[in-house]
Amino acid sequence: MNILVCVKQVPDTTQIKIDPVKHTLIREGVPSILNPFDGYALEAAARIKDKNPDTKIVVVTMGPPQAVAVLKECVGIAADKGYLVSGRTFGGSDTLATSYIISHAIKKIEELEGPFDAIFCGKQAIDGDTAQVGPEIAEWLGLPQVTYGLECEVDGDTLKVQKEAEDGVQIIGVKFPCLVTFTKPSFDPRYPTIKRKLAANKAKFETLGDDFDPSMDPANYGLAGSPTHVKKSFTPPVKEGGMIIKEETGAESAAKLAQILVDNNII
Amino acid sequence: MEAKTKDLWVFIETNEDGSPKKVGLELLNPGRRMADKQGGKLVALVVGNNVDETIEQAGTYGADQVIVIEGPEFEKYTTDAYVNALAYAVEKYGPTTLMIGATPNGRDLGPRFSSRIKTGLTADCTSLDIDDETGNVAWTRPAFGGNLMATIMCPDHRPQCGTVRPGVFKKPEPVENKAEVIREDFHVAPEDIRTTLLETIKESAGDVVDLEGADIIISGGRGMGGPEGFNTTLKPLADLVGGVVGASRAAVDSGWISHAHQVGQTGKTVGPKLYVACGISGAIQHLAGMSSSDCIVAINKDEDATIFTVADYGIVGDLYEVVPALTAEIKKLKEA
Ligand SMILES: Cc1cc2nc3c(=O)[nH]c(=O)nc-3n(C[C@H](O)[C@H](O)[C@H](O)COP(=O)(O)OP(=O)(O)OC[C@H]3O[C@@H](n4cnc5c(N)ncnc54)[C@H](O)[C@@H]3O)c2cc1C
Ligand SMILES: Nc1ncnc2c1ncn2[C@@H]1O[C@H](COP(=O)(O)O)[C@@H](O)[C@H]1O
Repeated sequence: MNILVCVKQVPDTTQIKIDPVKHTLIREGVPSILNPFDGYALEAAARIKDKNPDTKIVVVTMGPPQAVAVLKECVGIAADKGYLVSGRTFGGSDTLATSYIISHAIKKIEELEGPFDAIFCGKQAIDGDTAQVGPEIAEWLGLPQVTYGLECEVDGDTLKVQKEAEDGVQIIGVKFPCLVTFTKPSFDPRYPTIKRKLAANKAKFETLGDDFDPSMDPANYGLAGSPTHVKKSFTPPVKEGGMIIKEETGAESAAKLAQILVDNNII
Repeated sequence: MEAKTKDLWVFIETNEDGSPKKVGLELLNPGRRMADKQGGKLVALVVGNNVDETIEQAGTYGADQVIVIEGPEFEKYTTDAYVNALAYAVEKYGPTTLMIGATPNGRDLGPRFSSRIKTGLTADCTSLDIDDETGNVAWTRPAFGGNLMATIMCPDHRPQCGTVRPGVFKKPEPVENKAEVIREDFHVAPEDIRTTLLETIKESAGDVVDLEGADIIISGGRGMGGPEGFNTTLKPLADLVGGVVGASRAAVDSGWISHAHQVGQTGKTVGPKLYVACGISGAIQHLAGMSSSDCIVAINKDEDATIFTVADYGIVGDLYEVVPALTAEIKKLKEA
């Protein structure tokens, strides 16, 4: 079994603060991390490998040169190999353009590693929160997709995916090759082991640069090749003047709140 | 793709019984306003099985035209059947704008569709407008876990597409139904649907909860201190006011209540008339799922808790004192 996991380096958005005066994001000092959902995707691949030890797990990331750090981290956890897709002309790509580049990179990596049975992505990246790149890669590659995966299991030529659905959990069967995006399962993903970490520090990662595939059409990527453009960004307006109800006791405050809610026809 | 019309389309997702998902009807509200500005029709695209009720409601809530793709293969959502249907209809009629509800299925379908048509998609929007200068849709959405809002446009590709969160807009006022109904004879062969639903493991009976459709949500967080309070303290209030119980991720991760109840970035996005947050600090990922509620009440011991910055009414105090008192008082007022 040959599995590719798409991973992204993202700022830890739980640590982002807003500059109260300039109303901009303070990004300095915010650590870059492996997108948590991509960690779940890697864990799903690792669990397949636990049961089928001849599985090969390859990770790919597109980003600036320092994004190689997440490849290292993934090798420390479970991946066998990693590729960095990095080129100046790739900058400014929106999700459609990103998925175009990554889908070409996947074809390139398949020439080197053999065809992939499954491609795993995170449900979404916590910086953009778009949840688009996975399904878009699936479309470029013509693969069936399952989104919101929790865990999965190989059953012959079929992957059985537990999918988080509105009314519970669905089990979806899909034939290889396929693409699955993963959300948070009920268990924590494994940590790197010391031994694997040491190996990861020595690992070399191949870079696919600007012209890794001359057949790519520049009209399909980069800022100019992206259909969507960010027109402006701003910090969300803070809600004005909520009312704090502060009577002698909690019970009295509650009584006053009840009155307000009833008087205003809220309940 | 070139647009052939100035029409604005709203994709109305249906349930398995053919009834509409609420968000589809909600989108007819901004849809009406934007279609008028764009100078085209407001069109509802209905895909599903036995969808007469949905066709009717689309007209009642203001669609000028309803395009219907109906068949047993659309009863249960599958990516392949739905993306084929959507692509067929859009290529045939060429709308300039397409809006899809950001339900789990909508967020599965949207990017698959936009990459098939090779157009832009803005995910999970919370506000919509038409840019006066260019006439393009200005799609506004949260990013960076809700820390930042971005307004995005898709100037040169059609249709311009977006998914829009449930609960952000209210259903429009009903109007006289004058919609023209067009039924498309379009079907997807079984072999073209490459995923199979093998089994559904429903949440245990007590755990089914319709957070997105609820008018009132009483939510508990880590401040609940354990699982019991959800049943003994929050549930009685929820039952009294006809609401449901929600939770923060901290409460879900502690195993106090099932994930079906989670509100926030990795849970449900909700927009009830009243949201009561009990023992929830107001982390940005929680706010991302509930800040568009009409009225927010926060009950928290810590007067500096972030949740108070989004609350319309706040009580600083112990939820185990405040919530039972609130329940008792509301009961009294209702009986009076
Ligand atoms: C990628 C990602 C996605 C996430 N998605 C979500 C999501 O979907 N939903 C979500 O909720 N979180 C999400 N989180 C987690 C989020 O960052 C917070 O950790 C979480 O919301 C905190 O939950 P809480 O407010 O219940 O707990 P805490 O932050 O621990 O707050 C508990 C509060 O209870 C108060 N309290 C304690 N005892 C009492 C009492 N007796 N009476 C009254 N008040 C009391 C305390 O003062 C405190 O303010 C996500 C995080 C990440 C990184
Ligand atoms: N630059 C990237 N490099 C590799 N994988 C990516 C990249 N961007 C997105 N992905 C994958 O696509 C998923 C969804 O990302 P997004 O659409 O940005 O929310 C992520 O969880 C990753 O698995």
